[in-house]
Amino acid sequence: MTAHSFALVIVFTTFWGLIGIAGPWFVPKDPTAGLIITMLVATAVCCYLFWLIAILAQLNPLFGPQLKNETIWYVRFLWE
Amino acid sequence: MASVFRSEEMCLSQLFLQVEAAYCCVAELGELGLVQFKDLNVDVNSFQRKFVNEVRRCESMERILRFLEDEIKNEIEVQWLEKSPPTPLPREMISLETVLEKLEGELQEANQNHQALKKSFLELTELKYLLKKTQDFFETETNLPDDFFTEDTSGLLELRAMPAYMAGKLGFTAGVINRERMASFERLLWRVCRGNIYLKFSEMDTVLEDPVTDIVMHKNMFIIFYQGEQLRQKIRKICEGFRATIYPCPEPAAERKEMLAGINTRLEDLVTVITQTESHRQSLLQEAAANWHSWVVKVQKMKAIYHILNMCNIDVTQQCIIAEIWFPVADTGAHQEGVGARGCELSGSSMAPILTAVQSKTAPPTFNRTNKFTAGFQNIVDAYGVGNYREINPAPYTIITFPFLFAVMFGDCGHGTVMLLAALWMVRNERRFLAQKTDNEMTSILIDGRYLILLMGIFSIYTGFIYNDCFSKAFNIFGSSWSVRPMFRNGTW
Repeated sequence: MTAHSFALVIVFTTFWGLIGIAGPWFVPKDPTAGLIITMLVATAVCCYLFWLIAILAQLNPLFGPQLKNETIWYVRFLWE
Repeated sequence: MASVFRSEEMCLSQLFLQVEAAYCCVAELGELGLVQFKDLNVDVNSFQRKFVNEVRRCESMERILRFLEDEIKNEIEVQWLEKSPPTPLPREMISLETVLEKLEGELQEANQNHQALKKSFLELTELKYLLKKTQDFFETETNLPDDFFTEDTSGLLELRAMPAYMAGKLGFTAGVINRERMASFERLLWRVCRGNIYLKFSEMDTVLEDPVTDIVMHKNMFIIFYQGEQLRQKIRKICEGFRATIYPCPEPAAERKEMLAGINTRLEDLVTVITQTESHRQSLLQEAAANWHSWVVKVQKMKAIYHILNMCNIDVTQQCIIAEIWFPVADTGAHQEGVGARGCELSGSSMAPILTAVQSKTAPPTFNRTNKFTAGFQNIVDAYGVGNYREINPAPYTIITFPFLFAVMFGDCGHGTVMLLAALWMVRNERRFLAQKTDNEMTSILIDGRYLILLMGIFSIYTGFIYNDCFSKAFNIFGSSWSVRPMFRNGTW
């Protein structure tokens, strides 16, 4: 896992962690507080898991593009 | 304890109401909207219940209101009220009935008059054009060759006094017929009269309206010359069969001119009378349209109250009505206040209604309190099946998971933005949408689901970013972490 992606994971985990764990402390104490806390936590869990699975799958892909040798040569020297 | 995560605790109680106070107390409970009345007369036929006459009267008022709606709807815009009018008292029912019946009678009379006037207008117009055209017909007759008629009968019907012994006197019939029927009319006349008649017709240029159905009609006018009484009878029968209107057309030209002048003046008078009738009818409809919505709501409320009273037990000996109601324990205070204080002061009775708790053998109903935001989601959950009493309520979790799973499947940030904007527009204008009653089921489903669509739009934008999909085109903001070098090194170079 590269440093770049590790930093990303930290950033997003803290972001959704703030919303899901710290957010409920700041909800005003009106009768709908229970509902709002449920919604915050559910949103944080669902969205964080979704993003995490997407990026982890990209970090360790099962296979990459199937290129012919000629294409590899051209891509290597023309793009980089 | 009232909670959004479980259905609420309910309690069953008996309500003892005085007969005079019953109507007002039920009205108050209706306005609060938090009780369910148990039907204590389940085995009684609906025609044998106590208040069936009042329900019948309400239904006849509804019939009159539907008739008014049909009349108004084509012409005037009905004003929709934002707030419902308060429940009317029983004595208002009689005055409302008289007003509605009077309005219905006047409107029906105005409609009938209007139709009759239009019918005579139509007849006079046809007669006018007929008279004008027959002038031409009679003049062309004089140009026919002499051997067509016997002896000196050129200008047969025109300006000459006819001697009575003239055996070959031609009679004529003039009338108007629908254009579609003209060809078959001609053919039938030819066959029946064996070619012994002379028919001349021409198309009428003015456009006429059928008085009953208001459809535009095209008509032709015709004039038939024949000889003899039998042919006259046959022609008359055929005209009746084809529904052609025959008009008495006088022979001498002077009489025709006089008739034409008379018809013109009558037509002018008729036009003024028709416009006055029309404006009277419009003013009636305007007055009805102004009050129509409040009448409809009042009649609905009255009918609902009488339905509820039909469900209660009437105890004649003690002069009171017994009702069994289910209501949430959390609302006990609101009930005491509403039923006790306001109900009995409106009806002017001295005795306060009594509320006693009762044990029940059947399971209490499931009640989930909702506000305008959670109502849509609770509906979706209930569509899969209403939970048992005091069961856990999946709706609070559904508020997030349902739109999220939709977004995982949808995943397009461009289309998600469109959904979000549409939902925001619906939410901004929700008061206006809810006040209007739409018959269209599709739009009412969309409007009821505005908060659902809002959340679906927000989550779709998020998943659209992760899928890199905008308006079904892929986009590339962050670039790729893929490089071709590893493949190059492992190659056979």
